[in-house]
Amino acid sequence: MNWLVDFFGNRANWSGSGGIPIRLLEHVEFSLAALLLAMVIAIPLGLLIGHTRRGAVLVVVTANAARALPTLGLVVLIVLLAGVGTTWPVLLPLVALAIPPILVNTYEGIRGVDEDLRDAAYGMGLRGRQVLLRVLVPVALPLILLGLRIAAIQVVATATVAAYVGLGGLGRYIIDGLATKDFPSTIGGAVLVAALALVVQLAFSLLQRVLVSPGVSRRARVR
Amino acid sequence: MITFEGVTKRYGDGTVAVDNLSLQVPTGAITVFVGPSGCGKTTSLRMINRMIDATEGRILLDDQDIREIDPPTLRRGIGYVIQQAGLFPHRKIVDNVATVPYLLGWDKKKARARAMELLERVGLDTKLAGRYPFQLSGGQQQRVGVARALAADPPVLLMDEPFSAVDPVVRASLQDELLRLQAELHKTIVFVTHDIDEAIKLGDTVAVMRVGGHLAQIAAPATLLAEPADAFVEGFLGKDRGIRRLSFVPASGLAVSTERGVPGWSVALDENERPIGWRRDGADGLQPFGTFDLKKDSLRTALDAALLAPPGSAIAVDGDGRFAGVVTREALDEALRRAGQVPGDG
Ligand SMILES: Nc1ncnc2c1ncn2[C@@H]1O[C@H](COP(=O)(O)OP(=O)(O)O)[C@@H](O)[C@H]1O
Ligand SMILES: [Mg+2]
Repeated sequence: MNWLVDFFGNRANWSGSGGIPIRLLEHVEFSLAALLLAMVIAIPLGLLIGHTRRGAVLVVVTANAARALPTLGLVVLIVLLAGVGTTWPVLLPLVALAIPPILVNTYEGIRGVDEDLRDAAYGMGLRGRQVLLRVLVPVALPLILLGLRIAAIQVVATATVAAYVGLGGLGRYIIDGLATKDFPSTIGGAVLVAALALVVQLAFSLLQRVLVSPGVSRRARVR
Repeated sequence: MITFEGVTKRYGDGTVAVDNLSLQVPTGAITVFVGPSGCGKTTSLRMINRMIDATEGRILLDDQDIREIDPPTLRRGIGYVIQQAGLFPHRKIVDNVATVPYLLGWDKKKARARAMELLERVGLDTKLAGRYPFQLSGGQQQRVGVARALAADPPVLLMDEPFSAVDPVVRASLQDELLRLQAELHKTIVFVTHDIDEAIKLGDTVAVMRVGGHLAQIAAPATLLAEPADAFVEGFLGKDRGIRRLSFVPASGLAVSTERGVPGWSVALDENERPIGWRRDGADGLQPFGTFDLKKDSLRTALDAALLAPPGSAIAVDGDGRFAGVVTREALDEALRRAGQVPGDG
């Protein structure tokens, strides 16, 4: 407890380029960039494969690769290959980390929509793209959001490695703290990362409420 | 008019689901495809809106080969109702019903007004309009499915076992509702079921199919019951064909006596002249009775009314349930004899 008071009570930790607000912002920016990049790749791919049911092998391969992928190892490898100090070597493994949960959940969500429902949609005269966007996506949305949430939390946690290559973020407190045996800093950094993950979790719960139809989440009250 | 001309459907695995089917579905009437499970009913139905494309032969919709019509366009002009309703869970009932009007580009207000009108038409409380499908019972969902199919007022309606998943009581009321709607709307309806009683109740024409997608017989229900084409159709029709056929003989041909009784019995009426029972001469108590509507009911209902009453006679009533006369056993016998002698469309 004392360590936490030491860390969060220290005014110096709240200002300047090494202060908590700046570090937090760096961390968020970095995570967001990775997540957005992963979304741009994985969501359209998941929608397409789930809708056409062609190329499902790709999803399976990605999911299995993800299980075998040691993120930190990948980061280190890329850092060694690319040299320290640029953004991409760290961003890439984070993106690679975020893609599988998004891809797999989007695909499963779309593919898993009730056959009768797809059938009815086509039977009403909706075209392929209308079926996907007006029926399958709204119905699969809870699963798609779940994939995004898992990805976001993994990215936020793993983005601490950005600090290894001088890119800042909350990882700095942890790594610097370890290096200088400044335990309040290490613990404080870890708490901040955990808190951020919690905020992400909350944000997604909120998003779920706003975006998912009450008819799908079955939240609606009988009127 | 929908015309099947030598239509065959062979699936990728070699299954011949429908084999060289030729038949005509008349405009403005209900045609039922009936047969055991797997005989090709659904396949036949879905070829009409091109959810499945025929392998050979052609299907004409008012003389136009449906292969010339782009499937989504074709489907927007054909109502489609399936067994599990298939409502969009994320949309409110009113928007589910307005699906096709929206697709056709109607403005939202007009589409919704139309949807509300249809909800009423199919016997649903318009208070349900703002609910989601999961908040409705199976029977209510099925009604919404029918309303959705009718929303853009298509001339043709395809219904694939629409009432099979609901309990018998709800099913009967949905069937009655469909007949009532059809009396107003005169759609060209193709209705698929495996239930021969449903086929006979609903169909103006019934097409009996046997496994392999062969047409065994196509006829009006009364003809089917009187003259099944072969042993398969006869077996599929089941027992009591004679009695069931009486459903298609109108009771209006019965000889009605306007006396308020038969020898030894009289009909007791309430102050509104509605029958309340049979009274034996000299007795106080009332005995069970049965009535039939002289204008609307069938000979079967009249016979049933007679069988329920100790004097063995049926009481005829008018449209308001008021006493209209008595039909004796002798009059019934005579009508039954005539019904037996004249096989045909009753
Ligand atoms: N997509 C399909 N692929 C292969 N065979 C099919 C397919 N759909 C239906 N069948 C087969 O075609 C036959 C007719 O099926 P269907 O039209 O669904 O019958 P019904 O509606 O009368 O029960 C059955 O033997 C069924 O197994
Ligand atoms: Mg079927």
